Amino acid sequence: MVITLNGAKCEISDGTTLDELLTSLAGSSRGSAAVVDGEVVPRATWGQFPILEGQVVELITAVQGG
Amino acid sequence: MSDDPFVIAGVELASRLILGTGGAPSLAVVDEALVASRTAMCTVAMRRIDPRTSGSIIDVLDRRGVRVLPNTAGCRTAREAVQTALIAREALETDWVKLEVVADERTLLPDPLELVDAAQQLVADGFHVLPYTNDDPILARRLQQAGCIAVMPLGSPIGTGLGIANPHNIELIVSEATVPVILDAGIGTASDAAFAMELGCDGVLLASSVTRAQDPAAMAVAMAYAVEAGRLARRAGRIPKRFHAQASSPTEGMAVL
Repeated sequence: MVITLNGAKCEISDGTTLDELLTSLAGSSRGSAAVVDGEVVPRATWGQFPILEGQVVELITAVQGG
Repeated sequence: MSDDPFVIAGVELASRLILGTGGAPSLAVVDEALVASRTAMCTVAMRRIDPRTSGSIIDVLDRRGVRVLPNTAGCRTAREAVQTALIAREALETDWVKLEVVADERTLLPDPLELVDAAQQLVADGFHVLPYTNDDPILARRLQQAGCIAVMPLGSPIGTGLGIANPHNIELIVSEATVPVILDAGIGTASDAAFAMELGCDGVLLASSVTRAQDPAAMAVAMAYAVEAGRLARRAGRIPKRFHAQASSPTEGMAVL
């Protein structure tokens, strides 16, 4: 299925959870956060949070700045 | 235990110098600078994960035992800032946030209306808010009334290194503050940081003056001394300024020569 991940179209397997997506992108989910369709998703639910076709997902982390 | 502890919302920080991490060419430079500065808290921005980057600022801070203070850099509206703070809380598991809501890219000056709106929303949601604010005593008062745990007035615009443009306003903010005042932005060199502390600020937050210095680690050391020296001078009580000279040597007992 196709989702929008950090502003770009992205093909992922059906049933991928947020936790799996974060790990595949960043290696781990430490220090990261997820926003799906504009809502911040609580960390505790990432493992059970299935991503759906067409959703807009932002995966965010801390970087140098400020 | 220090005889002059720096406490924000019940948390004692071992240094009055807070370091920003923006502007450094690499994580290694940040690492050197934060060790040299002896800082106890660093601010970080929240951005999209980039799989091409290696290393993490969080790992660097953890390794050095430095507290992380996420910021809302780049936000223009209260809505964006609140959303960024929620993201940071989830990512970093802290409810402390350096609140930045700037009006435009040219000045990077805080938008007072959006700033107060965001501060009120975040405090209501249980955040500990440290707002980056204009050097406006009335705005600082409003932010304290909103429940912020510190106020962080700018010395001059971000990245300018122009020092403290309006020391009278900083002094006014300090004189009526009921929370710590942290001079944020505009520091160019060590004397600016010392001056902020002499004016009565409780701490200094700076980034560019260290991260973009020719030798960041050496400048970090200079800033650490400057903040300490300024604080000591403030507590020691400077002499009043006079318009005319006042001899320090006795006028009695001069030999006839």
